[in-house]
Amino acid sequence: MARTPAPFRRPWAAQTWTALRALLIFTVALGVGYPLVVLGLGQLLFPAQANGSLVRVDDEVVGSSLIGQSFTDDEGSPLPEWFQSRPSAAGAGYDAAASSGSNYGPENADLIAAIEERRLAIAELERVDPDEIPVDALTASASGLDPHISPAYALLQVARVAEARGLDKALVRELVEAHIQGRDLGFLGEPTVNVLELNIALSRLGGSAQLDGAD
Amino acid sequence: MAASTSMEWLYFVAQLATLAVLLTVVHRPLGDYLAHTVTTTKELRVERGLYRLIGVDGSSEQSWPAYLRSVLVFSALGILAVYALQRLQEFLPYSLGMPAASEHLAFNTAISFVTNTNWQSYSPDVTFGYTVQLVGLAVQNFLSAAVGIAVAVALIRALAARKSGTIGNFWVDLTRITLRVLLPLSIVIAIVLVAGGVIQNLAGFQEVQTLAGGTQNLPGGPVASQEAIKLFGTNGGGFFNANSSHPFENPTAWTSLFEVFVFLAIPFSLPATFGRMVGDRRQGYAVVAAMAVLYLVLVVAMTAAELQGAGTAPELAGGALEGKEVRFGIPGSTLYAASTTLTSTGSVNSMHDSYTSLGGGVALVNMMLGEVAPGGVGSGLYGMLVLAIIAVFVAGLMVGRTPEYLGKKIGPREIKLVSLFILTTPTLVLLGTALSFAIPAVRADVESTSIWNPGLHGFSEVLYAFTSAANNNGSAFAGLTANTPWFNTALGVAMLLGRFLPIVFVLALAGSLAAQDRLPVTAGTLPTHRPQFVGLHVGTVVVVSALTYFPVLALGPLAEGLS
Repeated sequence: MARTPAPFRRPWAAQTWTALRALLIFTVALGVGYPLVVLGLGQLLFPAQANGSLVRVDDEVVGSSLIGQSFTDDEGSPLPEWFQSRPSAAGAGYDAAASSGSNYGPENADLIAAIEERRLAIAELERVDPDEIPVDALTASASGLDPHISPAYALLQVARVAEARGLDKALVRELVEAHIQGRDLGFLGEPTVNVLELNIALSRLGGSAQLDGAD
Repeated sequence: MAASTSMEWLYFVAQLATLAVLLTVVHRPLGDYLAHTVTTTKELRVERGLYRLIGVDGSSEQSWPAYLRSVLVFSALGILAVYALQRLQEFLPYSLGMPAASEHLAFNTAISFVTNTNWQSYSPDVTFGYTVQLVGLAVQNFLSAAVGIAVAVALIRALAARKSGTIGNFWVDLTRITLRVLLPLSIVIAIVLVAGGVIQNLAGFQEVQTLAGGTQNLPGGPVASQEAIKLFGTNGGGFFNANSSHPFENPTAWTSLFEVFVFLAIPFSLPATFGRMVGDRRQGYAVVAAMAVLYLVLVVAMTAAELQGAGTAPELAGGALEGKEVRFGIPGSTLYAASTTLTSTGSVNSMHDSYTSLGGGVALVNMMLGEVAPGGVGSGLYGMLVLAIIAVFVAGLMVGRTPEYLGKKIGPREIKLVSLFILTTPTLVLLGTALSFAIPAVRADVESTSIWNPGLHGFSEVLYAFTSAANNNGSAFAGLTANTPWFNTALGVAMLLGRFLPIVFVLALAGSLAAQDRLPVTAGTLPTHRPQFVGLHVGTVVVVSALTYFPVLALGPLAEGLS
């Protein structure tokens, strides 16, 4: 302090020297110290969440309960034996390394065409009236990684999934109903069904059909 | 449909009421704590040590030019540091193999984080490794927030002072705000977020076999620590491209409401800091009331637009759910979107580009108000105080009295400074948007490369970008490809001038207000704590921005929504 040049003589130079030292110290404290403290506390207190809420089947990680997945074949066609997620704009669909919404505006012709196409495709797959299809089945989410669908969309898929797996429809419907999550604290957000968790439970029901990748 | 919409309204009101209760409970203790932090004479040992290391006398005070010099030099060095880190990324550890950022992207991003904007021209998932995110970006999330609060505090001190030549010490304000407020509370916030499912690890990408036999690359990262200060400091820059709609940033409906609360907390508490420091709590209540009125009207307006779901695509799909997550639903999305655009946070839990024309228009209006309801940390309060000065000036003209605010005369010098303040961001927004279409070569590039949605909506994307940048918000109509030399440069300049020119004017104003004595209250004094003045204050905010922006809004969202 005593040796700092008087502000009136060299104000900018003195300030720069102070600023440089301040920036270095804060960078160490806030850029290294702070995240490491949170890392330590997070790993200690909530390790499952801190590491991504990973879901295992037979000790193999099959994904995260927070991150949606595709249940489609290599060409992107839905596999009938699985409950389907929402449309996704993340990469080629549910690419967790490329989160993104479609960013289509409300009058975008591509979006309008996509909604019409999805409606027809889902109506055909589920063998339902096109007007019955819920809005979340027709629209892409913000992240492209939405792990949830609405209870209405899950229930819509019951008949098709049960048939593909040779399971009793009532049994599959029961499973879906058991997986409906109400609103947080009763009033936050919307009721949801977590597609990955539902499908894992589904795979444990077994069934007569020959399935790909269900083991 | 009608029945379900009224249920949605019910859930929306319940969420808004919860938020209001939380903020009502917290604003006074937090505001008082902030006031205590910047006024106490007691230094912590760690602070004394820090002052010794950086060569500052913690008991000294600065004149306004010295305070301003410190802000500018400190911020300039911050920009250089973040720029250098990005350009050297390939040599840094924990970079996940990601290369250096281009010159124009590094320019834009460095300014973006130092100005508290957090506009992101890039997709973070594939652009920055952990070192740039932590050592560069997260550090500025803290420091840019502290700078904003420090400038607001300097203005409050000036209003409270009598014939003072100084407005505080920037280094002391910076240190105390960071170490006593932002850092400890960010740790708490981060842990709450981890409990809710936000990740905090250094695992990099993990390839997993999905249930249906495909593969998925699950990201890791120190997300919670970044998320906490990104919100608490009203920064908004996401760890992931999808920002707070990404389940690893915002896993549940309750974390989403918590996040909104976190980024509203300081902006809605600073009026209490103000009231306490000027020795008249009622003045603080009047300011927070003006903020709250604007906030409520605009949050409800956006929710109405989205629940109505007008537009070809939403009507075809049966609702405005494109770009929204199922777990948040429409009310949880609009509450976040309106709050983030009214606070200069700019983080998003839904994609504003896909909002209905009028819903997206409300997001634009929110930013065009100048980020004052309640605005960013610090910048919201100083913006609101500038507008209060304009309001007393207008009232003074009507009744023919010399205008004064808190016993300080508002003379020609003060009016010149507040006028320059309110002209800065509109000039940047309108000029930037106009130049994007007026320069032939730029226009060709903007239309062929950058704009994602054709027609009127594409114009709105560009308008939104400059509005967001100049007001230091950082949210986007994200379809716009902004990682081009034009947008990176022009938006970088808009952010820089949109942040620091107003700071120059505010600190100059603080200098001239501090030098005055406080006039005693007389029968002729216009009271600035009564509902009447709150109304005048709100009216001033609306008139100033409406007159400026109506024509350009008519070209974009209004034209799209009404056609």
